[in-house]
Amino acid sequence: MDQQQRENFLEIRDLYVQYHTDTGLVKAVDGLNLSLAGGETLGLVGETGAGKTTTALAVMQLIASPPGRIAGGSIFLQGENLLKKSKEEQRHIRGGKIAMIFQDPMTSLNPVLPVQEQIAEMIRLHRKADADEVLKKARDMLSLVGIRPERGSEYPHQFSGGMKQRVVIAIALACNPTLLIADEPTTALDVTIQAQVLELMRELRQHFNTSTILISHDLGVVAELCDSVAIMYAGRIVEKADTKNLFRRPLHPYTQGLFRSVPDLTGNVRRLDTIAGLPPDPTNLPPGCCFASRCNIAEPDCSRSRPSMIEGETGHFAACFKLGKRGGV
Amino acid sequence: MIFPRKNSNLYLTLLRLKRNRLAVFGLAVLVMLLLTAIFAPRIAPYHYATQNLADAFEAPSGKHYLGTDDFGRDIFSRIIYGARVSTQVGLFAVSLAMISGGLLGASAAYYGGRIDGIIMRCMDIFMSIPQILLAIAIAASLGPGLLNLTIAVGVAALPDFARVVRGSVLTISGQEYIEAARCMGASDAWIILRHILPNCSAPIIVQSTLRVGQAILATAALSFLGLGVQPPYPEWGGMLAASRGYVRDYAYMTIAPGLAIMITIMALNFLGDGLRDAMDPKLKR
Repeated sequence: MDQQQRENFLEIRDLYVQYHTDTGLVKAVDGLNLSLAGGETLGLVGETGAGKTTTALAVMQLIASPPGRIAGGSIFLQGENLLKKSKEEQRHIRGGKIAMIFQDPMTSLNPVLPVQEQIAEMIRLHRKADADEVLKKARDMLSLVGIRPERGSEYPHQFSGGMKQRVVIAIALACNPTLLIADEPTTALDVTIQAQVLELMRELRQHFNTSTILISHDLGVVAELCDSVAIMYAGRIVEKADTKNLFRRPLHPYTQGLFRSVPDLTGNVRRLDTIAGLPPDPTNLPPGCCFASRCNIAEPDCSRSRPSMIEGETGHFAACFKLGKRGGV
Repeated sequence: MIFPRKNSNLYLTLLRLKRNRLAVFGLAVLVMLLLTAIFAPRIAPYHYATQNLADAFEAPSGKHYLGTDDFGRDIFSRIIYGARVSTQVGLFAVSLAMISGGLLGASAAYYGGRIDGIIMRCMDIFMSIPQILLAIAIAASLGPGLLNLTIAVGVAALPDFARVVRGSVLTISGQEYIEAARCMGASDAWIILRHILPNCSAPIIVQSTLRVGQAILATAALSFLGLGVQPPYPEWGGMLAASRGYVRDYAYMTIAPGLAIMITIMALNFLGDGLRDAMDPKLKR
């Protein structure tokens, strides 16, 4: 991978994804720009309905159509526009180049197939190898995620939740994808198991040098695992920076609100702050800054036009008008 | 003999089925029926068409276990040969209905939208005609014969399968592991055949078992009406039809094929009910 490709490993430009529903046109992703460097782990944070999963599905080319539709934009993976690929090419990219881990390991494994079969299936779909080789590789993957290979012939219901998520990770990584999208991989697990799975993901990321997009609404998990963080709100990225900078000094009022609503062990806070109001209705997004109606520093001007990303500090971007005016909020 | 893997779904199902006595009885009868059909020429003491007018209208005895009919043919032997028709039509008609109806139902559910609408409305039209009438109509237009009988019974049963399969596929396709399979880059056909259908095997198997019974009954009904297998080849329904004139004087001639039909269908229903209970995931311990 040359320098150019390493810098712009994944590049999403002006992505619009819309769902046609009975209540109107839902603009789930509305002009999203995002880039990811090779080997980087990016945390995609936002509340429910912000468009995180839709973004992931768009990258996978799995937006259900109808009702969904990619209305505009482009997604470049290593310089190639994924939206211009034929169905057959897309199929080979899924799993082969981009793999996805789902939120709930309980339901993302097929209950009637032994787990090693499900890992083998991934390999069979993307690599040419004879049956013995495939099975051996599947068992190797199992031991890589810390499951005894002998258990490969067992069925999903014989594994615990954490073990199942390990199997899911083994399936995702079986074909050495260059990009891994993990959609809230630990949300369905209890805290101790979460830590184990996160540790495993960290190890494997180094082992395979896979670029990762980690979708989460858990700021702790993101701080633990990610090199950089993008905050998503109403279908757009509102702030992006490397993890350290973002946690030290969030620039966007929404991000600041998010941090205030997380309990802090050191302070003596009796009552957590919340962000007043609700995210805007995605069928009827306001013309201006989507956060303006909930923002405590908003001015009338904020509701007139969309703010674009402004570099507040080096490598730290936020979409807020106030940032440009005063050099900080 | 295939030994299912321990802890596999099949193994657990068989384990639960074993506890249900009626179902085991049904299975035993079914296996016996199949063996009888396969080895009919060896088991039957007489050929089904051998006439012996001197022995006509004989009551059951050591020589003719179930007596003889109006041509002096051995009823026991004819019942045994009749099992061949019933099992063949039952199994092939249901296979036909299961495969074609299943594929129609699966594609309707998987692709949804207009395809779903077109397929299922056609099925609704089929379903609005009473099945036995439909079978009679098809059999009458195709003409008598074993193959035509199978087609008639199979096509009549097809819409039910399409419905059952469509329902289960709709449930299963919403599952996350189907989405996960799509993320693997699996093709539509692969997802349907390898991920969706095996997961709806339970209702399909139950439906098939119960359907075989109904298919055998339909076969008998068609033969009774003269639309099925042609004489002298014995068929239970045809035997009933032939003996109905003698039911006052020689009741055994009617009772034997009647009992054969009844026991077979009862056994299949027991087995079907047992399988339904055994495969119900809610009963898993």
